[in-house]
Amino acid sequence: MSTVDKNPNGAPKIGVYICHCGINIAHTVDVKSTVEFAARLPHVTVSKEYKFMCSDPGQELIQEDLRSGKIDRVVVASCSPLMHEPTFRRAMAAAGANPFLFQMANIREHVSWVTNDKAAATQKATALIAAAVERVAWHRPLEQSKVPVNPNVLVVGGGIAGIHAALTLADSGRKVFLVEREPTIGGHMAQFDKTFPTLDCSACILTPKMSSVRAHPNITLWTYSEVDNVEGYVGNFKVKVRRKPRYVIEDQCVGCLDCIEACIFKKGKTPDEFNVGLSNRKPIYVPFPQATPLVAVIDPEDCAHFRTGKCKKTCAEVCQREAIDFEQTAQIKEIEVGAIILATGYRVFDASRISRYGYGKYPNVYSSLEIERLVNAAGPTGGEIVMRDGKKPKAVGVVHCVGSRDNKTNKYCSKVCCMYSLKLAHLVKERTGAEVYNFYIDMRTPGKGYEEFYEKLLKEDVHFVRGRVAEVTDWAMTPEEEGHLIIRAEDTLIGSVRRIPVDMVILSVGLEPQTDHEDVRRMFNISCSHEGWFLERHPKLAPVSTFTDGVFLAGACQGPKDIPDSVAQAGAAAAEALALVDKGYVQLEPNTAFVQAELCSGCHTCINLCPYSAVNFIEEKHVAEVNGAMCKGCGTCVAACPSGALQQNLFTDEQIFHEIEGVINYV
Amino acid sequence: MSDAINKNNGFEPRIVAFFCNWCTYTAADLAGPARMQYAANVRVVRVMCSGRIDAQFIVKAFREGADGVLIGGCHPGDCHYQEGNYKALRRMTLLKRYMTSMGIEPERLRMEWIAASEGDKVQKVINQMTEQVRQLGPLHLEPMNVTEMHEHVAKENVTVVQGGTP
Repeated sequence: MSTVDKNPNGAPKIGVYICHCGINIAHTVDVKSTVEFAARLPHVTVSKEYKFMCSDPGQELIQEDLRSGKIDRVVVASCSPLMHEPTFRRAMAAAGANPFLFQMANIREHVSWVTNDKAAATQKATALIAAAVERVAWHRPLEQSKVPVNPNVLVVGGGIAGIHAALTLADSGRKVFLVEREPTIGGHMAQFDKTFPTLDCSACILTPKMSSVRAHPNITLWTYSEVDNVEGYVGNFKVKVRRKPRYVIEDQCVGCLDCIEACIFKKGKTPDEFNVGLSNRKPIYVPFPQATPLVAVIDPEDCAHFRTGKCKKTCAEVCQREAIDFEQTAQIKEIEVGAIILATGYRVFDASRISRYGYGKYPNVYSSLEIERLVNAAGPTGGEIVMRDGKKPKAVGVVHCVGSRDNKTNKYCSKVCCMYSLKLAHLVKERTGAEVYNFYIDMRTPGKGYEEFYEKLLKEDVHFVRGRVAEVTDWAMTPEEEGHLIIRAEDTLIGSVRRIPVDMVILSVGLEPQTDHEDVRRMFNISCSHEGWFLERHPKLAPVSTFTDGVFLAGACQGPKDIPDSVAQAGAAAAEALALVDKGYVQLEPNTAFVQAELCSGCHTCINLCPYSAVNFIEEKHVAEVNGAMCKGCGTCVAACPSGALQQNLFTDEQIFHEIEGVINYV
Repeated sequence: MSDAINKNNGFEPRIVAFFCNWCTYTAADLAGPARMQYAANVRVVRVMCSGRIDAQFIVKAFREGADGVLIGGCHPGDCHYQEGNYKALRRMTLLKRYMTSMGIEPERLRMEWIAASEGDKVQKVINQMTEQVRQLGPLHLEPMNVTEMHEHVAKENVTVVQGGTP
């Protein structure tokens, strides 16, 4: 089957090592028969099985055989190459062999875990092992090229995750660019009053970190800015950041806020984004008093000057620093960084999507984020929990799982809502003395001190009703219900439907991916889950890495997370980025394309195919040439070359042809 | 090995798949830990990009005895290398035309866009395709036809990639 005489490797000596992976593989695949089969394949001089090939003793099996000269190339049949290819390549290099004389057969993820039928699984495993053996005979020794790494890091998103990642990196001496879309950093955490389960003040623990970001000599903070374009690769990204015009010169504004006072609008008319629309702001504003940077921003949609051109510009008149600049335009900043951390966060579920809960219809139905602002001492009511008519509620219902664990909206659990619902229940009870009813499906309080917090609430005379709420209505059926909102829910613990009249309803909305997650993931060349959360490289072993080397994830953009988890993940992402940039170089996978000049007819087919302009035409020689530093190793030009002059390292025509033969010819 | 072959009137198709490293291969890796069971008939060859899939690979697979060929690439606009998947699509479209003229049912070649998160789609596509090829029965090729097609494909490669960008 194998054309031995044509193989430039002469007669290779192949060692085949088949892994049991405990019982993960061995339970379904008849390992013994595959070992016997492999021993009979051409050029195979060693065929062995072992419980765990990736363990030290497993790797030593390979290394001994390499050192003793029994084998000169290796096939490991075990898990996915995306999992352990680097492990075995390292083992080979440590034994003095070229790590690219190696091929893996994926008989776990692609076979034993997805096939119940033992005979069929064994057959498929056998075919994949044969393919790897046929292929590896044609492998050639390769060298990895080293590329220097830019030591700077870009952090996208200035919520708590982005802030923590930026500070960690900056403290280690790296230069960090922190880009935030809003006029201030702080993210959702800045909107909260207290954090669970400790009930410590959110601002008290967040704002010092925000100030540190502003003051840190190693951090370049660009708020009101967005990433426009990303080019390059691990270690050497070229990024364009668009700084939107805030019409206030950042370096000149000292945050005295005189301009806001002087605005011709005596009262704000625009719903205040930071207060989730519970108050209004002027066209010139700062999002909140501790905004970082404390620099005003003008909203051209509302500003009289921009709308009519007939404003007296009182803001500019009053500004002693001459910081107001109506002529400001967007600026594009071009930066080079070695690593990127995405910490773009989440958005809350829009409660009006579940119409039966009455959000947007009944004024006293609130989303939990609105209540966060209401309980906040710096919020629109100064921390007083009052309804839209100014009255204090006497009974409050908290509806859990709004937009979570729901087949009609989001199937997943948003993870934070049970705990923040308990927190809000506690705060409402404490500040108003109202009767508080929690309507929950399951109470999910795993975490340090979380279950204890739930216990505490149980003792605080907060009511708990286990059952999903059917509807919120103002349609009274009894005189007692008149003038109230009625929450109708099945109480599954007592087995009956209840109607509970309340004054205020809090909808505990779930977390959703940002609306522009698709654009962002495309820009950074990463993947998303079905829901739109950014996909980590491995759910367990690489939770902050992505499939694009050099791009890392922190915080809720990867999935719903509370503050401690976001901070922990941000620290992990910072450490990963640091490990990358501190090393000073990256070793690139040597899977680049190359031209065999003697075969090239100079037809130009490949030149335009390359999206990276890595293929050039050398006029004097009348042949194409690949710039190895620019080639990213997709192989598109190789597949198109009519004369077979273009080849791809690790994926040559010969190697793939033999893999095809192997995969089909034996079984 | 006999069990698999004795079911369904004895015919179990053998399908060669070429999966892009970044999307479909990863999706298949995801289906594994989730223990999504699917037909064992598809054998995967990993490539870095569906753009690497030379039409000759497919012809080669048919010639070696594959009853079907499955290609898995990134969704349009999602290619890890910007546009390799479009190049692959163009090649496959043309190849299907040749296949028909050579008497190979076009259903034996299937191209699917499967994102890294779509383990369930790997399961669905593999089961569907296995069943479809099972219905079609074994592929019997006249040696002449295949050689002819191989030559066509090799010769026509220039036409396939004309133009450079999609």
